[in-house]
This record gives sequence, structure tokens and C-alpha cells, in this order.
Amino acid sequence: MDEVLIGSLLGSTLRVTTPLLLCALAGLLSERSGVIDLGLEGKMLFAAFAAAATASVTQSTGLGLMAAIAVACALSMVQGFACVTHRGDQVVTGVALNMVAAGLTVVLGIAWFAQGGQTPPVPAEVRLTGLSTAYAEPQAGQWFASVLGHGLLSHNALVYLAFFLVVAVWFFLERTKPGLRLRAVGENPAMVDAAGVSVPGLRYSALLMNGVLCGLAGSYLTLAQNANFSPNMTAGRGYIALAAMIFGKWKPVPTLLACLLFGFLDAVAIRLQGVVIPGLGEVPVQLIQALPYILTVILLAGFIGQALAPKALGRPYVKER
Amino acid sequence: MSQPVQLPRWIDIGLLPLWNLCIALAVAGLVVLAIGQSPAQALGVMLQGSLGSARGLGYTLYYTTTFIFTGLAVAVAFHGGLFNIGGEGQAVLGGVAVALLALWLSPFLPAGLMLPLLVLAAAVGGMLWAAVPAYLQAWRGSHIVITTIMFNFLASSLNVYLLVNWLRPKGSMAVESAAFADSARMPALHTLAQSFGLELPSSPLNLSLVLALLACVGVWWFLWKSRAGYALRAVGSAPRAAHYAGIKPRLQVLIAMGLSGALAGMVAVNEISGVQGKLTLDFVAGAGFTGIAVSLMGRNHPVGIVLAALLFGVLYQGGVEVAFEIPGFSREMVVTVQGLIVLFAGAMATVSAPLFARLYKALARKEG
Repeated sequence: MDEVLIGSLLGSTLRVTTPLLLCALAGLLSERSGVIDLGLEGKMLFAAFAAAATASVTQSTGLGLMAAIAVACALSMVQGFACVTHRGDQVVTGVALNMVAAGLTVVLGIAWFAQGGQTPPVPAEVRLTGLSTAYAEPQAGQWFASVLGHGLLSHNALVYLAFFLVVAVWFFLERTKPGLRLRAVGENPAMVDAAGVSVPGLRYSALLMNGVLCGLAGSYLTLAQNANFSPNMTAGRGYIALAAMIFGKWKPVPTLLACLLFGFLDAVAIRLQGVVIPGLGEVPVQLIQALPYILTVILLAGFIGQALAPKALGRPYVKER
Repeated sequence: MSQPVQLPRWIDIGLLPLWNLCIALAVAGLVVLAIGQSPAQALGVMLQGSLGSARGLGYTLYYTTTFIFTGLAVAVAFHGGLFNIGGEGQAVLGGVAVALLALWLSPFLPAGLMLPLLVLAAAVGGMLWAAVPAYLQAWRGSHIVITTIMFNFLASSLNVYLLVNWLRPKGSMAVESAAFADSARMPALHTLAQSFGLELPSSPLNLSLVLALLACVGVWWFLWKSRAGYALRAVGSAPRAAHYAGIKPRLQVLIAMGLSGALAGMVAVNEISGVQGKLTLDFVAGAGFTGIAVSLMGRNHPVGIVLAALLFGVLYQGGVEVAFEIPGFSREMVVTVQGLIVLFAGAMATVSAPLFARLYKALARKEG
């Protein structure tokens, strides 16, 4: 039985980690450029809606993905207009985006589909399915098929893309010139400006990349994890992603580990419902679900190492004349 | 363009916010048009439903009460230089405190003793829940925005845990506590009016509105008339100067957040003691976030907050009526409008300022 448990736990951990990871990387790019992103939740939600609505109407996976990315990027640009161009409060902007997304997705959903805010289901052939169908379910007695097959090889393309993007984002930030500039603009924008590089330009491009990743995270929710959009389906995932990014100290690889940890807790919480652990009694599911938040609070308070944010994070840049 | 624009006061605190509100409402109107509805009809139903009848007005003022509390909560923290995004969680903890006390004592105590105790419990519950992020910000250097967001989720997990495992009566399927005894119920306005021989239609409006207005006066007095309030505002606007003047910034963070949390906790007096009469799962329903919009619209001043809370009361009550009357319209339109108001009146508040500056200059030149 162990191999089935391990295989399915591994598989579901990777599945719930994926949207978190995409979203956390999106937040990481924006925050390393100096723009706080509390709007992850709203962008992911709106992207999920756009993907489901487009894919169910046009019967096309590609169009669904493109719509999701376009919508998330548009929201990112609004964010840029408010807090890069006009130096508005970044936290307030994020809160506003989340509210607009939570409201507008339901308003449009009800007006277009009249199903209480849900979109029609995305047909199975349009949805993203596992690359190899041979290991769809873990099998008892077969370690290889269960753990390696179901656990690691049964997923859809977005899952592998998300993990690949961790490396890509790391390489971009640490090994390329634009990446260096992006990091610099989050630490010391005046210096970047003095070097003749546009501060708003860099922050806008960071937000654009952020939009693409939020779009992917949202499409994962409706094209892979669920069959349709339902109101407020992100249910705080955007904030957990933000927490994971902070837990990962604004760095790609630690962020991946934090996402895996939070994803694992999520996968375990469902299985531990009503299970009595010897010596401890029944562990309340709410406690396990709350653990990501508790851990982040403890980390931020400096009890587990130091979480150092980019120095210019949250500060709009005013060019001196 | 990079210079901040100097505008006369009446434009800055009167005209500009109204202009931003109009832009937000205009965009909302476009959304209504885009889904094939008539903005004029929606607006008509909204105003009629929220202000057109005594019953509608009762509901509007009931929403207003909650929004005054959460709006004041955001404003007090703001004057201390902090952004309290955790009103939601602080209100939940206020509710938990009210419920625990009411379930324990309401069968024995008379209303005259029970109700003041409940108000105190709501305030203390919210205050303690806000004090932890405040302590972590002031002494451990963690970011108040992030910690208060985390505490919102923690509060809601705690509430679910308490309701599911401890407070739900045995055999009950609904996730809510047992009902309180009558002494723990904040009297509704229509029952009070009845005892004076006045006939009012029933609505959830209760004495908490008076409490909310008193809180406004109290906050105004505290912030602008008391020494402690001066210290708090000093730290909020110039922490280094305040520190140099002998004010302890850390303590002020604790005071600002404690007061802010206490105000947010008072939501529970209106919702739990006033309306529900038991602890429920989602009684705050986003009011903590609406408080951000209220405080932004009201320019962090009690008078502005009362007006903005009334505006949102009209939006919420009117929104229910619109969703009920016009097919294809959903209540979430209100959340959208709220988001647009936060976007245009908060995040993009200064976008139109240069335009007004130019207009004002042109006008001043003509007269001079």
C-alpha cells in the first residue's frame, strides 16, 4: 500500500504546487524590480476565468491560454500605470485589482453564461492532460509505476513548464544583463537611472513577465486542475504564493522549495482529515491548512533566519532634477 | 510633471475625490453597458431600494454601521503610518470573543450588564489580534501588510476550527454556534421604536449605529485633540522627528494597531450581537476590505468616513435590490464598483491632479 500512498501524495503535491509556483515566480519578478504585488490573487483569478470562458466557447486550448495571459498582462499594465507611472500606493493597487477581479469575473460570468458565476465546463479534449496516460492511477504492488510513473511522469505540460521556469527565472536574474538590471532597479533605482537605463521601462517589463506567469497560473486552474471556473476559485492561493515567495526570501530556488512545502501541506491536509495520529490525537485539518501562514509569520519575524526584501520594494521612484 | 502639485484645499479634499468617484462610477457604468444592461435603470433601482423606503434605509444604515467601524480602523492605523489590511481577521476575532462571552454569560446576566461587556469583548478580541502583527512590526521588523494578511487567514481558520469542533451544537449540520440568550442581543431599532409606540418596518438596524457614531467622535477627539493622538500622528508623518522629540515609535505602532483592531472588532457588535445572535462562519463578508475603500474615500477623517460609509451602505443595500429586481445582474457588481473606487480614488488618486492644477491656474489668471 505504501507505494500507492507515496505515489499519489507525490503526484498531488506536484499538482497543487504548480499554480503556486507559477504565481510565486510572477510575484518574485515584480518584487525584485521594486513593485509589491498584492494583486497576484486577482490576476490569477481573472486569468482562470478568461481561460475557462475562452476555451469553453472557442473549443481551443491555445486561445484559452492566450486569453488568460492577455488578461493578466492587462491587469499588470493597469498596476504599472497606477504605481510606476503615477507612483500610487502599491499595496492599495493590489487590493483594488483583487476586488475588481473578484467582482468582475462573477458579473461577467453571470451575464454571459447564466450559471451562477460558473463557466460551462471545458471539454476533456480541450483541457490539458497528462503527457503519458499510462500512469494515470497509482498501482498497488508496482513501485516503479506508482512512484516514478504516477508521482513524477503523469502530469501535464504546465507542471513541467513551471519547474523549468524556476531554472529559467534563476538564470535570467543571476546570469543575464537584463536580469541584473531588474535586480538593480529593485535595490537602487537611482543608480540604474544614473547609468542611463529607464526605471519605469524595467519595472513595466518585470510586470509584463509577471502577467504572463499569472496568466499561466490561472489557466492551470481551469484548463488542468478543474474543468470550469467557479467564483473565487483561487481561494487565497495568490496570497499563499506571495507567502511562499517571501518564505523563499525573494529567490527562485528557495521559493520553489517553499512552494513544494506549502503544496505538500495542502495535499496532506486532505488526507489527514479525521485521521488519529498515535500520541497526538486527531490533528485539526485547519491547523495544517494554516501552517503556511504561521510559518511565513514566524519567518518574517526573524525567528528562522532573515528575510531581506529588495531595498527599494514598495518605494515609487521619483527622478531628481 | 514630477513636481507634486499644490492645490487649494477645497479642490484637494472636495473636488478631486468626487471627480475620482465619478470616474470609478463611470467605468462601472461602462461595465453595466457591456453586459447589456441599462446603467440608468440600475442606478434608479439602487437608489430606490436603498433610500426610497424606511425598510431599505434601515438596511442601508445597518451596512453603514459596519463600514464606519472598519473605515475608522483603517484610518487610525493610517494616521500612525501603518496600513492595516487585517480588519477582516480582527473583526472575526471580535466575533469569537463576543460569542464566547455571550454563550457563557448571557443566560445569567441582564442585558444592561451583558451588552457593555460584549462591546468590550469585541474591542479586546480585535485589539489582541491586531497587537501581534503590531508587535512583530515594531520589535521584530516584519512587514505589517504581509503579517496582517496572514492573520486574516489564521483568524478564519481559527473560526472554522472553533465552530466545527467546539461551538457547533451536537447533531447540528449548520456550521454555527448555538443562539445566544436575549440579553446578549443588541436591541434592534424597530423594537426600540415599538416600545415608544412608533411603528417602523423591521430591519437589521440596531443600536450599534449609535456606538459607531460615538466611535467617530471618539476617534476625532483622540487623533486631533488629545496628547496621545498627537504622538500617534507625529510618528505616522515623521517617525524620526517624533523619535527625536521623545516619542517612542514602537509603542505608537502598538497603540495605533491596538486601537485599529479594537474598532474593527466592533463589527462583531453589529453583526453578531445585533443581527445574527450566534457566531457564524462568514459574518464579516469582506467588510474589512470595504473599510479600506471607505477610509480612502473619506480621506481618513471621521466625517469623511461617515459619508463614505453611507455611500457604501447605499451600494451594498442597493446592490442587493438590483440583483433581485433585474435578471442577469449579480451582487458582485458591488464588489467590482468597490474595487474601481479603490483603484481610482486610492491607487490613482493623483492621476487627475495635474489637470486640476492647470484648470485652477487658468482660472486664477483670468480672475487676477
